[in-house]
Order: sequence, then C-alpha cells, then structure tokens
Amino acid sequence: MKQVIQVTINGKPRQDEVEPRLLLVHYLRDVVGLTGTHIGCETSICGACTVLLNGAAVKSCTILAVQANKGEIVTIEGLATNGKLHPVQEGFWERHGLQCGFCTPGMIMAGVQILQRNPNPTEEQIREGLEGNLCRCTGYQHIVEAIQYAAQKMRT
Amino acid sequence: MIPAAFEYLVPTTLDEALSALSTHTDAKILAGGHSLIPAMKLRLASPKYLIDISRISDLNYVRESGGQILIGAGTTHYQIESSTLLKEKCPLLTETAPYIGDVQVRNRGTLGGSLAHADPAADWPAAILAVGAEINVRSSRGERTLKAEDFFVDMMTTALQPNEILTEIRIPIPPQRTGSAYEKVKQPASGFALVGVAVQITLDTNRTCQRVQVGITGLAPKPFRAIGVENMLKGKVINDQLLAQAAEKAADGVDPLSDIHASAEYRSHLARVHTKRALQRAVSRI
Repeated sequence: MKQVIQVTINGKPRQDEVEPRLLLVHYLRDVVGLTGTHIGCETSICGACTVLLNGAAVKSCTILAVQANKGEIVTIEGLATNGKLHPVQEGFWERHGLQCGFCTPGMIMAGVQILQRNPNPTEEQIREGLEGNLCRCTGYQHIVEAIQYAAQKMRT
Repeated sequence: MIPAAFEYLVPTTLDEALSALSTHTDAKILAGGHSLIPAMKLRLASPKYLIDISRISDLNYVRESGGQILIGAGTTHYQIESSTLLKEKCPLLTETAPYIGDVQVRNRGTLGGSLAHADPAADWPAAILAVGAEINVRSSRGERTLKAEDFFVDMMTTALQPNEILTEIRIPIPPQRTGSAYEKVKQPASGFALVGVAVQITLDTNRTCQRVQVGITGLAPKPFRAIGVENMLKGKVINDQLLAQAAEKAADGVDPLSDIHASAEYRSHLARVHTKRALQRAVSRI
C-alpha cells in the first residue's frame, strides 16, 4: 500500500505517494528528478549515492524513502547557492578532484560531512571520512586535496 | 536490487511496536536498516511487515544510572563513537565504533540492530561481551534481561523471541585501574572482522588481575567469551609472558569459521596473535 511522505529537498518541501519498498535513491532520481545522486554499487559500499539526511551523510541506496519521511534532504544539487559553488565543489574544481566524475557527487557530500564535523581535519581524518566512498580513477590524492582546499577556504 | 513488497508500520511508542509485533506474523523490526535492507534487496529476507522503530524517541540515549551506563537500542554507531560519557566511562565502546563500516553506515546503523542481527563478523558483539553488558528485551507480556553471553545463540541467531524487541544495553561502569582495547583484522573488501578481539581487564595496585573479559568475534559462528584466556589471568600477577601464554588459549574449544578469506587455521592464528596484542594494549592503558 502506498504511503504519503513529506520531505524537504534542498530547501523545498514536497509531498509524494510512494511504495514502502522504494529506495531513497530511486525516489530522488526517478520521482523527484534529481539525477546528480548516482547509483553505483547499490550495496552500501561505494558511496556514490551519498546525500545528507537531517544533516548526516547517508547512503541513499540503503534507506527507504518512507524512512526519510518528515526529513530534510540535501543532494549535490542543493549545495551551490545563487550560482556560487559550495567550497567543497570549488575544491574539486580547483584541485582536479575528479576524472570520470561518477563518484564525485557522493565524494562531495561526504566531504561536506567531514568539514561539518571537523572544520580543520588532518589528511588522515579526511581519508577516514572518505572510507565509505570509492573512486576508481584518481587514487584519492586530489580528492583529499580538494577537501583540504575547502577546509581552508571555509575557515577564512 | 529492489526489496519485495511489504507493509510499512511506524509506531511512535514501544507499546505500539510490541503490539504490532505480536499481531503480525512474518514481521521484522527495522532500526537503522543497514543489515536488514541489504538482505531484503538481495531477497535473503522478504518480510510481509516492517515495523520501523526509529521514530520511538525513548530508544535513543546514552546515560549513566546507578553505576551503569544505559544505551538505548536505537542509538547509532556514530552517537556512541562521539559520546563523551562513553569515552570517559567505557572507552572500549568509543574505540570499537569507528571500526564499523564507514561514516555513512555509522550514521544510520544502531547498536541494538547490530546485536539483534548477530552477524558472526560484526564488531559490537566482541565489545559488548568484554564490557560484561546485559541486554534488556521486551515483549507485550513483559521484559527480561540477558547476559551478553547468553544472548548470542548461533550464527545470526539470538535469544530474542519473535515477539520481543531489544530495548536497552546495560554496562557496568568499570572500576579504577581498568584498561581495555579492541584489535581487529579486517576483511579488506567488506571491512567485516576476520577476527576481532575486545579486552577489558582490571588490575589491583600489585598488578594482580581482579577481572578480565575477552570477547572474540569473527572466529566462530557466534561471538564468544574466551574463558580459557580469562581463567589463566584471573587472580594472577600480570606480566607479558603470562599474557602471551593466556592468548594461546584464544581459539581453544572453538569450531572456527573457514571461507575463501581465511581458513579455520589462519583465523585461529589471528585470534591468538590479536588476543595477545589486545591484552598487552589494555594492560598498558591501566
């Protein structure tokens, strides 16, 4: 039986009727049309589907849309404000934090979580914070540097 | 990878949840969902009803009461990892938490969910055994409290009855001169424990072992207390040689798991080595 959920996505409230088995990632991509959140492994390993739910980074392939009811969701599309990139997005641009780009939305959301919890992380802490996100192109070095760039930018 | 269809129930009180659980057969409790949802996506589990207990606010807390730390079953791994109370009073839990999954998993997964799932390679059971925790469970008929070692029955099997919900984990606050440590060998792809050893040990001022609890996960179909190790240490004056001798007992009397990642022999070896390291590190912290 379908259920009504109310969520706020990137600041905008909305209401939808969903099947309980609908995964949050499918809801975001197929119902809401926000395809920036990627489906990688679909097994809670790769982190490409990472979004913020009530301020916490989560893997949206392992959450039912109904579990997000009454929640506040931020996806990659919600980070930039008035056309200006979020510092973590800017860091990925400035420090070449991506090659193919598939993991990038999830990496950026994970990066945002790292800096929310610790504005001044060490390189090791950044790598620990990215443990749930896989990149098969970059070798991670430039991703770490992108987040370091953002950390510095957000502190100043 | 989409779960089979089910009915979704969202009680806001424990009584409602217990009543739903006793009314519906083929129902599963959903907490963080980080074991259950993957199993449902793979169709290893296809319950008819999901009872989501995450909206029950009085299942989510870490507090001190009467010489114990009480943790609500719905408390997430991250909440435990970042709890200043636990860091001060029961540091084995804050040390163990970051070994679980990754940041996103720890934001959702819960202590109660992990224990009730009873994956033989999960981290929490080792720590929960080592801190001497009790596990409180409730049904619509009443409640009961189990010792951690009586809670784990077999692989993915606990003493929970179908009409019961795990509600609280109770941990005696360790006395002065207690040290603890968690040592883990990760399966490199999944991060699950090939072997994980949690130790909590109390020495008196003469370095005589007053109390010791060793919990081991990953080695056997269920997590267990390494009684052979504990018995060699209790009441003895602790030195490195004795710790090493005791650690040799880590896999005694166990029927070790064996798979493509690690043979039974290798797992047993890892258990002995890491029991020694965990003991040494725990003692060094006293």
